[in-house]
Parts: sequence; C-alpha cells; structure tokens
Amino acid sequence: MTELTHEKLTWLYTTMYRIRRFEETMLEQTFKGNAMGVTHPSDGQEAVPTGICAHLTVKDWIGSTHRGHGHCIAKGLETRRMMAEIMGRATGQCKGKGGSMHIADFSKGMLGTNAIVGASVPLAVGAALTAKYRGKESESIGVSFFGDGATSQGVVHESMNLAAIWKLPVIFACENNGYAEATPAWYAVSTDDISSRAEGYGIPGVQVDGMDVFAVYDAAGQAVARARRGEGPTLLDLKTYRYHGHFHADDPTKYRKAEEEAAYKARDCLKSFEERVTAQKLMTGDELSKIRDSIEAEMVDAVQFALDSPMPDEAELYSDVYVSYSNPLLGLR
Amino acid sequence: MTTTEQRPQSKTDPLGPGYKVAGQEMRYRDAFNKTLRDELNHDPDVFIMGEDISGGFDKDTKEPLDAWGGPFAATKGLVQDFGPERIRDAPISEAGFVGAAIGAALTGLRPVVDLMYFDFVTVAYDQLLSNAAKSRYMFGGQTKVPITLFARSGAGTGHAAQHSESFYSMLAHIPGLKVVVPSDPYSCRGLLSAAIRDDDPVFLVNDKKLINLTGFVPDESYVIELGKGRYLKRGKDVTLVGMSYTSIVCKEAADKLAGQGIDAEVIDMMSLSPFDEDILLESVMKTNRVVIVDEDTPRASMASEFAAVIADKAFDYLDAPVKRVTAPHTPVPYNRGLENAFMPKPDDVVATVLKMMAR
Repeated sequence: MTELTHEKLTWLYTTMYRIRRFEETMLEQTFKGNAMGVTHPSDGQEAVPTGICAHLTVKDWIGSTHRGHGHCIAKGLETRRMMAEIMGRATGQCKGKGGSMHIADFSKGMLGTNAIVGASVPLAVGAALTAKYRGKESESIGVSFFGDGATSQGVVHESMNLAAIWKLPVIFACENNGYAEATPAWYAVSTDDISSRAEGYGIPGVQVDGMDVFAVYDAAGQAVARARRGEGPTLLDLKTYRYHGHFHADDPTKYRKAEEEAAYKARDCLKSFEERVTAQKLMTGDELSKIRDSIEAEMVDAVQFALDSPMPDEAELYSDVYVSYSNPLLGLR
Repeated sequence: MTTTEQRPQSKTDPLGPGYKVAGQEMRYRDAFNKTLRDELNHDPDVFIMGEDISGGFDKDTKEPLDAWGGPFAATKGLVQDFGPERIRDAPISEAGFVGAAIGAALTGLRPVVDLMYFDFVTVAYDQLLSNAAKSRYMFGGQTKVPITLFARSGAGTGHAAQHSESFYSMLAHIPGLKVVVPSDPYSCRGLLSAAIRDDDPVFLVNDKKLINLTGFVPDESYVIELGKGRYLKRGKDVTLVGMSYTSIVCKEAADKLAGQGIDAEVIDMMSLSPFDEDILLESVMKTNRVVIVDEDTPRASMASEFAAVIADKAFDYLDAPVKRVTAPHTPVPYNRGLENAFMPKPDDVVATVLKMMAR
C-alpha cells in the first residue's frame, strides 16, 4: 500500500461516504417522487471513482456513464446542484435539462454522465487528444469510466485502438460490476478477464479489486503516471458490485444470488477502509465519525436546496440547442 | 460569430457569387482545399481528421506520404505544410474518431472531420446525435461543440447503393446540428469557412457531381451566413427550389423553360438546417407556383419539409399544388441507365412545370 497522507486518507473516506449517502438519499427522494425520472444508483462501487479521481486535478477530464453520480462526486461536483438536477430544478447542474443521466461540469473537467452505453468513451479519448495536441499530456489526461456491459460495444474497442496507436494519455476504467442491466458478464462477455482485452491493443491491462480503495488508488496511480509521462493508455478492470438494482425500481434479487451480494458486502469499501485505518492508527474513529456527520448535514442541505429551488422557466425548452441560430423559437411554434 | 463578409450575400443579387471582387475560376475541389488551408492558417485550434486524409505512411521513417491527399484529393498537400498532428490520418473507425473529435471539441479544439462517403454517417450516427448535437442542450448550455464534418454524397458516379446517399434529412432532423449543402465553388468556400468558424456542429455535404465543376471564387476569404438561401435566377412564373447539385438541375431546367416562354425563378437553399424560410416564402408568394428538386429519397425528406412550410405559410398564394421532383423510394442502383433514372434531371423538372402551367 502506498503511503498516503492524512489529508489524502481523509479525502478518500469523505468522497466514498459522500457517494454512498448521496445514492441512498437520492433513492429516498426518488421513491418519494421528488426525482423526475429514472436514476441508476452506484452505491457499492464507491472505491472505483474515488481511488482513480484521487490522482486527478481539475485539468483532467473524465467521461462517465448512466451510473455516474459517483464519478461526478469524485471529480468534485457539488452534491446540492446534483440533487437539484435530479429533481429537475433550475438550480441544477444542467438547469434541470439533463437529469441524472446527463450531469456535467465543464469547469471541473467532467464531460458528462452519458445514457448511451459506451458512448462517452471516445469523448475521453478526444479530451486526451486535445492534451496531446497542445503538448499538455503531463497535466491533462482523459479517464473513461464504463461498465462491463460497454466492453461489448464497438466504439469502446475503436477508442482503445485510437488511444493506443496515437499514444494518448487515457485511462480506460472498466467498472466491472458483473451485470449489464440484468445480464451477467459471464454470459455476455467472452472472457472472464476483461483486462486481457488490453493485449489486443498492445497496452497494459490490469485486474484490480474494485472493492478496495487502496488497491484502486495504487493501480490508478501507475496508470495515471504512465499517461502523464506520454507513454499512452492503460486498461483497468476494476471488479466491483452495485448494491442496488440497475435502476431505482429494479429488484436485483430476481437475477442475483443473495450469497453473492453478501460476499461483496462483506468486503464493503467503507467498512474495510474504516477497519484498516483505525487498526493502523492512521485515522481515529472519532475523525471518521465527524466526517460522516458532516456528510449527513450536507445531504440534508442538498435535499432542502433542491426542494426549495424553482422549476426552470418554460423558455428553457428552447435555449441551448444552438450557440447561434436565426430563429429563436427554432421554427417549432 | 465571425461572419464579416467580403460583400453582402444578398439574396436579391441575381448575378450570383463574386460580383465585382478580385478572384478566379477554379474547380470545386480546389476551392475546398484552399478553404481548408485558409482555416488552418486562420486558427491554430483547427485540425483535420479522417481516413486517408494524407494517405499512406513510409514504413521506415513513419512519415506521412500524402499518397492520397484525402478522398477526392480534398486535403492534398496539407500534411506537408501543417504536419501529421493537424492533418491526422485516422483508422477506419468512424464512430471512434468522430467521438474523439467531439471530445476534442468539448475540450477546446475545432476539429474538421472528413467522413469520406456520406453513407458513412450512419456508422458514426450515435456520436453525432447523442454527443455532438445534444451536449450543449442536455448540459444546460455549459458547453459548445465546434466541430465540422464533411462527406461526399450523390448518385451518378457508379458508386452504387452504399456510396451514393443523399439522406440530408437524416441530419437536418437532429436538433443541435446544422447542415449545409454548397452547389458551386463560391458557396463551397463561403459555407466551409462559416462552418469551421461556427461554434455549433455543422455537417457540410459535397455532392460528388460538383467536385470537378468550376466556378468563380473570390481571392479574399469570406463566409456565407449559415441558414441563408440565394437566388440563382430571378423569374416570375414558377419557383424552382434546389439544394446541392439539384440547384444546377434547376438552373438547367430554367434555361429550358425560358425557351418555352416560361420565366422560372431558381433558389439555391445552401443551408438545410437552419434553412431560409423567408426566401422560399418570398419567392412563392410572387410566382404562386413551386417545384422542389431533391436527390434524396422522398419520404420525410427536405423536399417534404419545404413543401410543408410552403403549404402552411403560403397556401393562399398558391395557384397549383406544391410539387416535388425527387429520387424514388429505392436504394441507388449501380447500372448506369437505372442510376440515371434514379436521379432528378432537368427534363423531369421541365415536365413537372409544364404540367403545372397547363392547369
């Protein structure tokens, strides 16, 4: 395990706990009818975005998925504006026009959650292309988060080939939670080792325990350093688990075994972090408890902020389609 | 938008492009190449990406050879002057490199993508629709996607069903995307410059039948405002509406009609999204008759869209039903005779007008 500063440990725990509680709070609000549409919770998978984004700065870019709240939070987006977005409010991250599956913050290097499986992967490659074009690989890399399901999409393979032949600073982070919607990876993916896909592109491929934030942090550190040195992309196969169904109303017990879920929950990223840092006296139980309290308060604030926020003006229907267009109503009415 | 024009692109100017400015006759393909060079010089953030746009690499030195210089030599000579980073040859991965270009556009560059044949749009369609066209809207106006794409369309060159599409409406249908269709070297240069300088995603379609045609092009750089049509000929009896190569079809039809005493007005739409409703309505309200000529297949086509707008907003001015002369609802056939029958031709337009005038 890499030596981590107290500050970094605090960031890791805060970020993972923030993601966990955001997802749980978001689900509560969804079931209360306050979310305006479909949401895809990522609780259980917190170690992956946290361990990777711990190496990134605001100048690095990430592409994300339909299950992207964790990526947003790990990249520094504000939970109150995310909650407001999911509730469709004018104060939302995207003015209430994107929703859970389209949250972006370009000021934070976040290219957006994306509802087409695999479609954001070339965007991260493009961000890396910009960095290379400008000779800034050492300070700006692209990280593409995608699931095991996306590894069956052509554009994901095209993206890996492009990044490999052009030696672009990209991390391909496969959040392998074992299920594409209800379909298990053992059925849909022709190998049980997704990291082996890297061989076909002549790039490093690494299997990582995605339930262990320290393992993710170490593997991501090497991949990020390689990218910043201008040596090209790395594929990380991060084995993880989502605690909920594919989307808020999906019951995963219909297609997953209870023993499987229990086995992953026994290795829960928050619990194992707490045990490890307290056993090694890196953080105290009191410190951890204070972090949890502050996150609880943040969630109460986020929900209240969202509920108190206005709905978007009807004129927003027509705005932001184009930067410039001769007809303000786009010829619709 | 940087749309200072060399001279006003007046839609009432029947003399067409280049009037009273210094310039020269050149081929469409040369105007295209010259414009790319202008824009690469104009802005260091502009780069070009596509299959074989330099074309071939030396195995020993790894240097690009410029053996092809792009499909139809569109980018010939550029890699020598701008290097392989700015003239980036891409593998056959349309979805991948269009997606990467969108990612580059989202992070500050201005990519120009050569998609070779227009038919290949469908291979990259998800990236165009879901990422290029929607990012600005779904992210609440935070970002812009200043990407330009171009490709070659059209039947008439024996390229058969999968290399001859003109499905403009498949792109014009997408909110967030702009679509332009030059019809001569002048409009090619002005629209391509405007597209590359525009902050929205723009698709420019080159009909293969135009590529070796010549026309007047001003020496100085200029842009044509996106969304504007122009009159190619003024007339009073009937309006002929063309786009891309069918604007030439309309002009030829108008010449033939003149021989029969019918004074046709010809509009070249130049932009399909947004498109110039004003010029359509102005002309139809004057001539009271309109024939729309489109090489695309007819269902849900631009011809249908223009017809709907005219029926909606100028119905009371019409002395005859709106007529469309289009390709049939078939793929493009290979056989030369069949292919010729597929394309709208001046005689088809003339016959339609004569029938209309005989009412």
